[in-house]
Amino acid sequence: MTAVPESARRRDLRRALVDNPAVVLTLVFVGLFVVTDIVNRAQSGQAFLTPKQVSTTFLYAAVLGLLSAGQTLVMLTGGVDLSVATTATASAFFVSRYGTEGSAKAIVIALGVGLAIGVVNGIGVGIFRVNALIMTLGISVITLGILTVEAQKQFTSLVPNDVVTLGSGRFLTYVPYDLLVWAPVSALIILGLRYSGLGRVIYAVGDNPVAARLAGVRVWQVLLVVYGLSGLLSAAAGILLVGFNNAADLGIASPFLLPSVAAVVIGGTSIFGGLGGYAGTILGALILTVLDSLLTILNASQAVRQILYGLIILALAAIYARATAQSD
Amino acid sequence: MSSAPATVAPLRRAPELRRLVRRHGWTIGVYLLLFALILYWRSQTTLPWGPFDVQSLAIDALPLAFAACGQAIVVISGGIDLSIGSMMSLVNVVSARLMVDAGFEHALLISVLLVLAAALVGALTGLTIVVTKVADIIVTLAMLFVLGGAALWVLTIPGGGVPAHYASLITVDTVGTKWLPAAVLVLLGAVVLLWATVRRLRPGLALYAVGSKRSAAYLAGVNVPAARIAAYAYSGAFAALGGLALSAASGLGDPHSGDIYTLNSVAAVVLGGVSLLGGVGGLIGPIAAAFVLTLVKTILIIKGVDQNWAQVIQGTLIVLVVMIGGLAIRQKGKSGG
Repeated sequence: MTAVPESARRRDLRRALVDNPAVVLTLVFVGLFVVTDIVNRAQSGQAFLTPKQVSTTFLYAAVLGLLSAGQTLVMLTGGVDLSVATTATASAFFVSRYGTEGSAKAIVIALGVGLAIGVVNGIGVGIFRVNALIMTLGISVITLGILTVEAQKQFTSLVPNDVVTLGSGRFLTYVPYDLLVWAPVSALIILGLRYSGLGRVIYAVGDNPVAARLAGVRVWQVLLVVYGLSGLLSAAAGILLVGFNNAADLGIASPFLLPSVAAVVIGGTSIFGGLGGYAGTILGALILTVLDSLLTILNASQAVRQILYGLIILALAAIYARATAQSD
Repeated sequence: MSSAPATVAPLRRAPELRRLVRRHGWTIGVYLLLFALILYWRSQTTLPWGPFDVQSLAIDALPLAFAACGQAIVVISGGIDLSIGSMMSLVNVVSARLMVDAGFEHALLISVLLVLAAALVGALTGLTIVVTKVADIIVTLAMLFVLGGAALWVLTIPGGGVPAHYASLITVDTVGTKWLPAAVLVLLGAVVLLWATVRRLRPGLALYAVGSKRSAAYLAGVNVPAARIAAYAYSGAFAALGGLALSAASGLGDPHSGDIYTLNSVAAVVLGGVSLLGGVGGLIGPIAAAFVLTLVKTILIIKGVDQNWAQVIQGTLIVLVVMIGGLAIRQKGKSGG
């Protein structure tokens, strides 16, 4: 008899997690920040919970936030985009390649490249029905190959000052400039997913593509738009990243690939599509950014991080799979 | 072809042959393509063709051939294994670390143990998929990163080494004949052994049943979870052989050596006539496809194409192959339903 309320309470917890991921995730974010503060005090005697560090966390999180914005849209349709990191790298590369010709031109070219890569992905997944993972992985390999060839050519690389300010500067002491990109994009995506026709159709396609098609949705067009947007958002992330680093190299964005998937999964978006949203992803990106700071303080190697992120994805996917199965 | 039973009356030979062509037309096509590529490859040089050519082709193609076999088994059983590349990197760096000061016999023992360990890790991946009911793609994607991280943890930068005699397993001066590298014999041995069990015995047939329709296989009394776990165990073992082939070929451990094989193994499987929907295909086709994909790049480099461009062209071909494969599935779905 005692087992019944116990399991009921556990189901309530699961329901809370599935229904209100934002509340739970905010608590995790704050909790993790406090833990990092304690660890940092123990290690170096300095506080981590300062306005400056909160501001820095948001500054760092913008790149991951934009990358996982595209990832969220793609995963809502039931796919996954493994080309976000190389797309951001391509964008960063083209910003510095054309930096001498003015920041506006460089940014437009970078965004164009990102959109083009996304559209190619969309054609493969939407029209040729290639498995999203394989298509985006293939495009990622091709993009990196082309960039390697391009990088061997002679050119003056320069990251324009505007881009550097955008990627690493702050105004009013604490507000990072990159929030000027991230905040409006976030608002647009959250509202767009909830209220626009396209937003509703993205959920419909992810929930049941066959039903969506029978209801008159042109699924391939939706996928084309979604992958195109993912490419565009990845390119925007690449621009912020190259502004932050002040130089582009071909590995600049690769550490962000796994976190971009992890942030979406942490945020409660289902890997099978149709469930979730961008608000959770934002919190996921913030949590991972603090976790990254914590791991840096603890001197964890890239290897440990990679293993940890992989396990986080696995554990959360399992938890969400069980939670959604139970709530049916 | 030798598998045709001897009891078949001579009169029935002709329809038998026609059936063989109809059923294995795609595989035969891949072999013809491979043959044509080899002829073209040979026509590009005037030097007489010798053991060195077999050796260079084997060094380039064997890791992919092993990876393709592992991927094929998982895909036939209805899954997909994205962790193959990282598994190869991991086995590569672990073997290079362990073998650096070892003798030849010791190195062989390490190889056997690594293959068994990898099979165990593969089985663990399969078990995770079966128990958590999370999609194959997500679990193996997570494993791709976990195993890749483990490889980085073992060796951050390329290093280690293998005994000279071990490296010669993949070159030609072994096992009596100058023409056949021992590693090719390992590949043939593994495939024949596996093929016998997969095609003729219950556990092997279960893979096809599970991949073709899981619920029907379950109702027919097949132990579905066991079959799926077994598929991932086979995949781990083949990935380990691929990783060891990388070690023997390069004489080094590199934590990123296996990266390209996740995608390339999927491409080899699709080109080799295995449907990504599961239940169809074999190992013979993907092996030929692995050699085709490798030869394409070799020929491009011979023709003076920049190494990186060759990579881009190969990648583009792979994406096109998978696209056409996707289109084929779509056509089949249309005609079927």
